[in-house]
Amino acid sequence: MTGTALTGTVSRQRAAAGLGLIVLAVAAIMFPVVFPSPVTTNYAVYALIFVAVVSAWNMFSGFSGYISLGQAVFFGSGAYAVGIAARDWHINGVGVFALLPLAALVGAVIAVPFGLVALRVRRHTFIVITIAVFFIFQLAAANFSFTGGSVGVSAPFLPWSPTEFNDRFYYITLACAAAAVVIAAVVRRSRFGLQLRAIRDDEDRARGLGVRTMRVKLSAFVISGAITGLVGGVWFLYLTQVQPPSGFDPLFDLSLVLMAFLGGLGTISGPIIGALIIEPGQLYLTIKYTNGYASEILLGALFLLIVLFVPRGIVPTGGEWIRRLRTRGRPAIPPASQRAAVPSGPRSEEPATSDEGRRDLKAARRRAGDRI
Amino acid sequence: MAREIYQAIVDGILVGGVYALMAVGLTLIFGVLDIINIAQGVLVILGAYLSYQLSVSLHLDLFLGLLITVPAMFVVGVVIQWAFIRRLRGRERTSMTLLVTYAVALIIEGILYEIYGPNPKQLNASYVQSSVHLFGFYLPWIYIYGFALALALVAAIYALLYRTTFGRSVRATMQDETAARLVGIDVNRVAALTFGVGVAVTAVGGMMFGATNAFNPNSGYDLISRLLAIIILGGLGSIGGALVASVFMLTVESLVDIWSPEWAIVVFYAALVLVLVIRPTGFFGRRPVRAQ
Repeated sequence: MTGTALTGTVSRQRAAAGLGLIVLAVAAIMFPVVFPSPVTTNYAVYALIFVAVVSAWNMFSGFSGYISLGQAVFFGSGAYAVGIAARDWHINGVGVFALLPLAALVGAVIAVPFGLVALRVRRHTFIVITIAVFFIFQLAAANFSFTGGSVGVSAPFLPWSPTEFNDRFYYITLACAAAAVVIAAVVRRSRFGLQLRAIRDDEDRARGLGVRTMRVKLSAFVISGAITGLVGGVWFLYLTQVQPPSGFDPLFDLSLVLMAFLGGLGTISGPIIGALIIEPGQLYLTIKYTNGYASEILLGALFLLIVLFVPRGIVPTGGEWIRRLRTRGRPAIPPASQRAAVPSGPRSEEPATSDEGRRDLKAARRRAGDRI
Repeated sequence: MAREIYQAIVDGILVGGVYALMAVGLTLIFGVLDIINIAQGVLVILGAYLSYQLSVSLHLDLFLGLLITVPAMFVVGVVIQWAFIRRLRGRERTSMTLLVTYAVALIIEGILYEIYGPNPKQLNASYVQSSVHLFGFYLPWIYIYGFALALALVAAIYALLYRTTFGRSVRATMQDETAARLVGIDVNRVAALTFGVGVAVTAVGGMMFGATNAFNPNSGYDLISRLLAIIILGGLGSIGGALVASVFMLTVESLVDIWSPEWAIVVFYAALVLVLVIRPTGFFGRRPVRAQ
């Protein structure tokens, strides 16, 4: 009896989630039609770029617990790859979009040696190595001549009107963001995602249980790098130029971490929510306070507020509130004593202790948490 | 050519001494609190601006000004620890402290921009301009004074750690926080004071940095990335390691600088990556018994 009631709730929730997704997809597709102004779509394009990159970052760092501050390495390299290839192979007009797979490839290829070095160490040392590699790339981009030095690279001209330009990029970035989120969701549900999370919880134990930790970490790092490289290429074509400090921007890396934290580290919807809240806000502040100092102070204050007051992120905290509201203080699953009538297989001779009930409750909570 | 190389080595050692002092503060904070203080770079710049303000408005000598700036920075450190760091717990503490200290850095940087603007400043005094001709090398007085002061302070920190009861409790907390708590050490107090000491040294580092470089509020990022490279190379939490690594890195940098100034700083980070490929725990790092 309880079993059918539970399945009923689950399928009803699935239906609601599916409906929500369809509404969201329609809203996302209709957005530039409803708000055709290039000013608005500009915000949306940046927000979607960050949705894609934060999801990619989260797919590696959020799942595995290895906080990378070097994601801009892939982003900037993707941007430079498209720019340099278009310049040297004389590709003009819409043909440049054919170079985007190259950006992804460059991201993936860079991720292999980067990961082989950085993933040998953990926690703080890993973070600092990613920062060091990041600076090597930024300085190299400024010093080499094929990257255009401090002038950087410009994108070929796209013969579109401003509205057309922004609308088309809106759909391109929407596709990137959707793809990144789907990839993250698929990874999370897979055995591979479980291995990543096992590494986050206890890497030595995961290895002891047979997870090939280096291979798993490196694969996630490479996938994350490929997505980020591709999005970097799109970002470059949208902005039409890249310089060493804009392509390899330290604030970019920290913004990713902040967005993932605000939404909820290691969740699927968290990075989306975090990026959609913070990126437009950040953009608005930079446009409003052109000297940048006030926006810096506000951004810092926002960092502090988030970490001190929503340390687990909106999605996990919000999910808990919703669950508490829905169950109104009752446990999500009736305690074992009320379910005694249901035969529970070979273990039925064991007394249904309150301990077992608590364990069930914990498992149910974990399942509920996982769905979010 | 040989002359240039010797001069570069001497420069590297002298500048390395000053970096060592800043790095010791950072690695001490790491050892006790298990966090990386990203704000250390901008705190150095804050120290430089404090010295600048004192020398401009009170015409105070740079070294005498330290008597005011060092305690001031100590208080800043204790307040940051008490207000923000103390509250952080749980599995994501590593990354949260990173964000918090970065947020503090952003706020301080923004405030410095509001007050002083983006134009570079430099500290000035008679001994900043003049230099002494010693054993065939031209050595600016400021480097010699700064190196001597940095050595004295590192020695003082050593004495504090190895000769006092407070130092004993700091080292105990570094080794095992739970055990330290069990034997009656007030770990929170140790953490706050250590953070204070770790930040207080930035006043000296800032004065030296400000006297030898032009700085603006943005200079903190370059500094913090070098300091991080140094403490990782030396082995996190190792004070001797921080000393050796600072002198090593700065000497390497000033040697490459002869050949190509643009690539010197790249070599700096590349050296870190190379050393860690061979020795993941740095020069003097302890291998963790079991990483969390």
